Amino acid sequence: MSKKGAEVLRDVLIREGVEVIFGYPGGVVLPIFDVLYDAPIRVILTRHEQGAAHAADGYARATGRLGVCLATSGPGATNLVTGIATAAFDSVPLLALTGQVKTNLIGNDAFQEADITGITRPITKHNFLVKNVNDLARTIREAVYIATSGRPGPVLVDLPLDVSTAVCDGDIPDEIDLPGYKPRYIGHARQTKVAAEAINAAERPIIYAGGGVIISGASEELAQLAEKANIPVTLTLLGLGAFPGDNPKFLGMLGMHGTPTANYAVQESDLIIAVGARFDDRVTGRLDAFAPHARIIHIDIDPASISKNVKVDIPVVGDAKRILAEINKLTEYRDRKVWFDRIEAWRAKHPLTYKDTGLKPQYVIEEICRASGDNVLVATEVGQNQMWAAHYFVYRKPRTIISSGGLGTMGYGFPAAIGAAVGCPGCVVWDIAGDGSFQMNIQELATAVGQKVSVKVAILNNGYLGMVRQWQELFFNRRYSSSDLAWNNPDFVKVAEAYAARGIRVTLKSEVRPAIKEALETPGPVVLDFRIDREENVFPMVPAGEAIDRMIGGMA
Amino acid sequence: MNDEKRHILSIVVENKAGVLARIAGLFSSRGYNIDSLAVGETEDPKLSRLTLVTRGDETVIEQIRKQLNRLIDVMKVYEFAGEDYIERDLLLLKVNAPSGSRGEIMQIADVFRGKIVDVGAKYMVIELSGPESKINAMIDLMRSFGIKEMVRSGRIALTRGVKQI
Repeated sequence: MSKKGAEVLRDVLIREGVEVIFGYPGGVVLPIFDVLYDAPIRVILTRHEQGAAHAADGYARATGRLGVCLATSGPGATNLVTGIATAAFDSVPLLALTGQVKTNLIGNDAFQEADITGITRPITKHNFLVKNVNDLARTIREAVYIATSGRPGPVLVDLPLDVSTAVCDGDIPDEIDLPGYKPRYIGHARQTKVAAEAINAAERPIIYAGGGVIISGASEELAQLAEKANIPVTLTLLGLGAFPGDNPKFLGMLGMHGTPTANYAVQESDLIIAVGARFDDRVTGRLDAFAPHARIIHIDIDPASISKNVKVDIPVVGDAKRILAEINKLTEYRDRKVWFDRIEAWRAKHPLTYKDTGLKPQYVIEEICRASGDNVLVATEVGQNQMWAAHYFVYRKPRTIISSGGLGTMGYGFPAAIGAAVGCPGCVVWDIAGDGSFQMNIQELATAVGQKVSVKVAILNNGYLGMVRQWQELFFNRRYSSSDLAWNNPDFVKVAEAYAARGIRVTLKSEVRPAIKEALETPGPVVLDFRIDREENVFPMVPAGEAIDRMIGGMA
Repeated sequence: MNDEKRHILSIVVENKAGVLARIAGLFSSRGYNIDSLAVGETEDPKLSRLTLVTRGDETVIEQIRKQLNRLIDVMKVYEFAGEDYIERDLLLLKVNAPSGSRGEIMQIADVFRGKIVDVGAKYMVIELSGPESKINAMIDLMRSFGIKEMVRSGRIALTRGVKQI
């Protein structure tokens, strides 16, 4: 049976299990939107292509499934770029479909033409330009396979208008043909054994786990390693939830805004067991002063992550879940009382605290956490809100925090929260936001209201670009250059109401609990405008370029 | 910095549009150098071979190899090091050759086993292949006659013996 390209695309997507596409139409993708009009795929119209990319990303992070976004050529495609880069940095399986001008016009500076495969080459795991409709089915299948396997990532497929409208020759073989791509899942047996022996011999070991554990679905195996071998755990921002935040062995996040306990423990450890983490500079601080006494085991599916920043002693390449399961067979319980006593002493001496006066952002997040049941996800924007959300919400399960870690994309949280809510019906999704970052994709209020998603935006409104202001206070002599937003901020309650969402303003500490309760009882999106202490800082912190045990602020 | 050595990489890739851009882009975006580059089909028309000369210490070269291997279209990355291999550059050199100096130029070309591939009233074109040092040596000798124009290919290399990459 002969089909048009757009129909081939639709059928392959259905066969690959795609249920939702976040998109925005335009000239050259009209044939695709036309076949999706009555297809069993939910098409969600965002109000900006960037919102579509972030929503697809949030959907993928919340569900573990492929996220799909669709935009037209030229500006539609370039508007996806920040979202694609965000997904690439954090290893999110994303399929970005873009329209392209007709094949005979490519390169002619046609209306709404952009070389999007060229533009996205460094920020995709791979990308394709389909020039022949007979290659379309195979290409889409390859794109889905590449995006979701190995270390996941975004894959872009560029679809010229005449490919979408051309009729393909009946039954085309669509077997995946990728001879150069063979992700390796099974860890090397000898390396696994060497790793287990190092673990058993260590006196001051620490597990440093990241987002790879969540992607791999290895939380149970990670917990077994911590319990069976008796080892404390620190997590990266993207790793939060990979190990229960209320487990006594959990030391908190590490790095620039890590807890003192986690940072001291890393620095004094004699063995770091890194799992699905990549020694990012926000984690290691000054490299030559990082964990000076430690040997390093690094378990990662991407060989290029091994010894990229920090020299690794025992690399194990493969899938974290399988490798941890193998290691767990070989580990032995050790008491390590001296080590745990030392850790508990740090924890007692340097708890995360804040001065409980006025309306504090930390208190707001603690209250959101307290009021939240099991089916709650947290998305964050980027900046102070993100760090407070990391510290003061307790993440007990994987895929409960959705945050742009690597790229640090402001404006990510709100559309990502919408995507997460679409992927998890029955969940409440909080977007912990700042007044700056919320305004970067505030237009998605229309999407949230239209889709009736249960997204609650908690704006920690200090009238500043808070993290910028904090750095200016600490390192730029309080010269608040271009960081004060207060005078021109909109009335967020009125904005919410203008979009037919609920808006609630909170100015007093005593109003926090009732406002959260009201937000949770109100169906659909709610915007809470928390007028927090304007100059509250995220402490402790490690100044950029310092060793991670050189923390400033908030240290008892 | 002192252990920054020259490395010759042989990269077997799928013969598809855009592969060269991916590899060049990887080098530029991660700040690696390309000293020389040669691309051509292999014995299998579906595959191309890139021979690339780069510099860096062991850590950098290891990262380059790993990053190249991450590219979906890259089948194999091989480094020529230690064991026996043949490397060649190709040179085409157009030199001033008035009637009085032709004999001397032809003698020099002959010593290097170069070939005269074009002759005019005032010039000659010499073709020479060989390792970099030999090509540099002949270029130096030709300078005194006045080099009008020259072009060098990127390095190509292959292992000796029956071993295949």
